[in-house]
Amino acid sequence: MTVALSIKQLKKTYRNGVEALKGIDLDVDEGDFFALLGPNGAGKSTVIGIVASLVNKTSGKVLIHNTDTDKALSKAKSYIGLVPQEFNFNVFEPVEEIIWNQAGYYGIDRKIAKQRTERCLKQLGLWGKRRDAAGVLSGGMKRRLMIARALVHEPKLLILDEPTAGVDLEIRHSMWGFLRDINANGTTIILTTHYLEEAENLCRNIAIIDHGELVENTSMKALLQQLHFDTFVLDLGTTINKLPDTPGFATTLVDATTIEVEVAQRQKINKLFEILSENHIDVLSMRNKTNRLEQLFMRLVSSSRREEMQNENRVAHDAA
Amino acid sequence: MTLHENVIAYYTILIKEIRRFSRIWIQTILPAMVTTALYFIIFGNLIGKQIGDMEGFTYLDYIVPGLILMSIITNSYANVVSSFYSAKFQRNIEEMLISPTPNYVILLGFVSGGVARGMAVGLAVTIVAAFFSNIEFNHFFIVVSIAFLTAILFSLAGFINGVFAKSFDDISIVPTFILAPLTYLGGIFYSISVLPEFWQTASLANPILYMVSAFRYGVLGASDINVWVSYSIIIGFIIALFGFSLYLLEKGHGIRS
Repeated sequence: MTVALSIKQLKKTYRNGVEALKGIDLDVDEGDFFALLGPNGAGKSTVIGIVASLVNKTSGKVLIHNTDTDKALSKAKSYIGLVPQEFNFNVFEPVEEIIWNQAGYYGIDRKIAKQRTERCLKQLGLWGKRRDAAGVLSGGMKRRLMIARALVHEPKLLILDEPTAGVDLEIRHSMWGFLRDINANGTTIILTTHYLEEAENLCRNIAIIDHGELVENTSMKALLQQLHFDTFVLDLGTTINKLPDTPGFATTLVDATTIEVEVAQRQKINKLFEILSENHIDVLSMRNKTNRLEQLFMRLVSSSRREEMQNENRVAHDAA
Repeated sequence: MTLHENVIAYYTILIKEIRRFSRIWIQTILPAMVTTALYFIIFGNLIGKQIGDMEGFTYLDYIVPGLILMSIITNSYANVVSSFYSAKFQRNIEEMLISPTPNYVILLGFVSGGVARGMAVGLAVTIVAAFFSNIEFNHFFIVVSIAFLTAILFSLAGFINGVFAKSFDDISIVPTFILAPLTYLGGIFYSISVLPEFWQTASLANPILYMVSAFRYGVLGASDINVWVSYSIIIGFIIALFGFSLYLLEKGHGIRS
């Protein structure tokens, strides 16, 4: 399989001495929907900035569709579409001009650029706003404008840096559908997001970065299998003061109408419902307490931070 | 990118720049016309009559070339510095930086935008001047070429200012404290022959003097400086500033972390 993005020993130290990346190795296959996750300041945006050539790397290699950015930067750039975290368009320019111009920077003829602009704006529900200045659009529309702009030159690799930040649920779900469609049509997508539910829903593979290092790089399925327990919340239709005995299940009474239960993977849950039924306790609904990926993410990131603190303490102790 | 694709990218930046200053013509084109008309009324008709002739021309006719060139200098500079800094400030410069457009095309696009505004304002000021004086071009090619080269030079200077600027204050410091004094002391309102000898020599260090003199030669047929010296100096500055601007873009100074 062709590799859409290959990063080798990528390091970045900013002028103020901050070591943002400490030697990252990462491959993203063509056609993948890939999540790049990490807490704030972990180095995700630096990786994206280097790949998009907005940040100068300190050392390492970046290959986009086997094109080395050090040897053929212009060709490598032509493969990428970027949706950055912050709004970065001229707020005074009309929406359609922003898209035409972007096509022009990729050497696309104005006639074709106009056709593609119409298609992209219609797909993203912005056609009616095409003559409005970009600055007057709502937050969700501005996000969609940046997606339309990133797609006008039909990139092979689309990088989205928190594309749904600040977007309401309805628009977020419609954007997910749109991104799934373009991925199904062959565009490789790399996504960073703070909504872990988003990554779990959309992405097939995942890398987690923390303090400039990769702490996990695997398939979403393999990662989720690391989670041995799921915690469910049961909303009750009956008010109870005391939990019945539930052998095999770790249950907690949160309040008079809510129970939390920890269920091991592959453990059958039917027995729990039988016990509740026998005790005349009605269950109205059941949901995950937290997103599964969120639990893993917190575990991975906090263990990496714990190790780092231990190392720092050891160094401090040795120095003393 | 192929040559054809580069031409499309260049044309895109140029049209974008022209659209930008045309959209706000009240801020970009009109002020130069109003200011120049005031110069003609005050210095030409009111004070000029008291001054008498300068180098064999009426004072009004004498200052016309300098005023036209001054508007070209300030507007070509202002266009690029404000457009490039705004693009940096709003971060829409990233639209170009992530694209395969080569740096020299980006530079040419911004500079051409500055030249377009400089020449548009120069033409507008010339039309205003025609209402106040009997303007005739003695050497039309020299008029157009000096105007064009001067616009290129100051567009490049504006670009460099835009690259280094870190705030909106920084884009007004150079025009106010360097460009305006050099322009006013560049022989727009007087011939350097009226200055004491020391100041005549000191004036020769001002590059704007060479541009104004050459432009005046094109319009009136008379000049303080040899026109070929002026061409050499202007072209020399253009080559140096173009090289420096391209170096800054390649390094990503002020635009890449």
